[in-house]
Amino acid sequence: MSLFKVPMPQMGESITEGTVSKWLRTVGHRINKDEPILEISTDKVDAEIPSPVAGVLVEICVEEGRTVEIGTVLAYVDTEGEAEEISSIEESSNQQSPQKMSTGFMGQKSLGESDQTAVIEKRNRRNSETERLKAKSSPVVQKIAKEHEISISNVPGTGHLERVTKTDILRYIKDADIHPGRRPSDRNNSPQIDTVTDSGNETSANGEIDIWDSFYNEVEHPSFPVGPGDDVFPMDKLRQITADHMVLAKRVVPHVHSVIEVDFSSVDQERRNISQKGNIQERGISFTAFVTWACSRLLTKYKNINAVLSGKNIIHRSRVNIGIAVDLNPGLIVPVIKDTDGLSLAEISLKINDLAGRARSGDLLPEEIAGSTFAITNPGVLGTVLGMPIIPKGTSAILVLGAIEKRPVVVENAEKNVDEIVVRKTSFISLGFDHRIVDGADAARFLLDLKKILEAFPGDV
Amino acid sequence: MCPATLEIKNLGLSPYEESLQIQKELVASRRSGGVPDQLLLQEHPHVITMGKSAPEEHIIMTKEQLDDHGIRVFHVGRGGDVTYHGPGQLVGYPILDLKPDRKDLHRYLRDLEEVLIRSLSALSVRARRRDNLTGVWIEDRKIAAIGVRVSSQWITSHGFSLNVRNDLSYFETIVPCGIKNVEVTSISNELGEWVEVDMVSEIVIEEFSKIFELKVDKRLTDNAF
Repeated sequence: MSLFKVPMPQMGESITEGTVSKWLRTVGHRINKDEPILEISTDKVDAEIPSPVAGVLVEICVEEGRTVEIGTVLAYVDTEGEAEEISSIEESSNQQSPQKMSTGFMGQKSLGESDQTAVIEKRNRRNSETERLKAKSSPVVQKIAKEHEISISNVPGTGHLERVTKTDILRYIKDADIHPGRRPSDRNNSPQIDTVTDSGNETSANGEIDIWDSFYNEVEHPSFPVGPGDDVFPMDKLRQITADHMVLAKRVVPHVHSVIEVDFSSVDQERRNISQKGNIQERGISFTAFVTWACSRLLTKYKNINAVLSGKNIIHRSRVNIGIAVDLNPGLIVPVIKDTDGLSLAEISLKINDLAGRARSGDLLPEEIAGSTFAITNPGVLGTVLGMPIIPKGTSAILVLGAIEKRPVVVENAEKNVDEIVVRKTSFISLGFDHRIVDGADAARFLLDLKKILEAFPGDV
Repeated sequence: MCPATLEIKNLGLSPYEESLQIQKELVASRRSGGVPDQLLLQEHPHVITMGKSAPEEHIIMTKEQLDDHGIRVFHVGRGGDVTYHGPGQLVGYPILDLKPDRKDLHRYLRDLEEVLIRSLSALSVRARRRDNLTGVWIEDRKIAAIGVRVSSQWITSHGFSLNVRNDLSYFETIVPCGIKNVEVTSISNELGEWVEVDMVSEIVIEEFSKIFELKVDKRLTDNAF
């Protein structure tokens, strides 16, 4: 038998001592080289200590909770095969996972080299201790266990001292439903099957996370052959980010678009009035500013439209930060008007002019393009009639204006009690929304309210 | 020699248990060399986390009060006492391989503090260390907490939480880091203005890459279109 000392390691120049916080392996356990056998803690750090050699853990010299100096022998590992006997007997006497076996006891001292009976006794005592702690689960967990006829001791616990939490038991039930063959029959209480369930879950959980991680974060743009005379040039950073974001947004969010026709006659009249008065630094107020103003008044009411779906939650944004798409030709950038709901129409107009101007001169600050909770884009100024935009990542909706142009409109002439065809400035406004959290009727109500505000401008607001 | 890569993962508002699971995966991948060094950034819904050394009495509220406030409690394998996380607080979990030249736990803690002190300095907030009180302080007010784990092969997890604009009244539910009568503060509180978590995380990423001499692989970390 060749004994190897495992000392308290030097984990840093100024570290002189460490506290043994937890033994991860027990006496008699076969361990591999570099396998963590205990955890130590020093100021604000918990560290796993791996075994420097392969062998069998034959003695633990420092109990959990004790603080010792660097270099103190913590345990002995037998690097030869003699102690294998202990290990093999242990394995056949208990089929539970090593993680479970190691917990639920404090400060185990060393054992005789081949005292097999003692090993088994200790193990049994430890099992009952683990079960006792597990059984001390909250009333909710106990109720769920009873309803589903589950023995709590079969459920892998992640709580304090491996106690079974509500999440643990619900996951256990869910997994059992997915893999019905794996659910241990609690009546025969077989730990063997339990172990299979345990490791089975872990594998599938890992696989899923890998898939979702790449699904939500990674974009690979496929390559195509280059023809003779074709120009090939790399995308600049802005184009790369845009390209990746567009793919991710479409991949993740189920987009739906609803469109409404809005009569801009009242707004148009107001614009003329303002420009005649020559205020707002003698600049006109754009249609975009009017629409932004109207949206900001509605977004505090339509909470799911000023929101984002995040994991299993919906986050209703407390602020109304509206991003305004600015055409850089080439490229596009979306500066954000923070707290738009607290600004007047004139302030919004000034802000848009300022941000758009600085966007074109490249003078925006990073924080001025971050944090939008809703976006508006107006390609209508170039003459397009209807847009179906992609919803920016991190938000739940985007509004797009079509060209505001003179169109024949049928109106009722109440005095003459007849329908008339008149010329009006109208636009098709489209709302793209995340159908996971915004229902079609909500989007329709939002658009209808928007139409009412704009058509009745200045109204009573 | 080219600096090694740091991959940033911005998880947004991430449930505590999900971040825990992601860390677990990444520690294993980092150990096997499957991924470069990582910095996970996120905000958490209201949670209280207890390090190994945290006694239960450091949570001041009863279980019922915690439930009423929607605060969940987790016992976790990091160093340190009890702490609180919630929306408006920037939480960073570096998954780094400290081998071969950073194998020093104290140096790692001091480096994390340095990242935060420099980030705060960039925001005109003057922060400092205090003797034997790991964390970052503005005078005697605590602005950032640190608690880490080093798994075998010197792979780090857990990390730091920096109060940006979170509701500080939630700290009244605990004895932060087990230090009684400690006043907590946030960047917004110090500056008297609203500060975006996203903006702070940009700065932290930059300072982090400088201190740890890593080159940032910024995969889709911002939400600017």
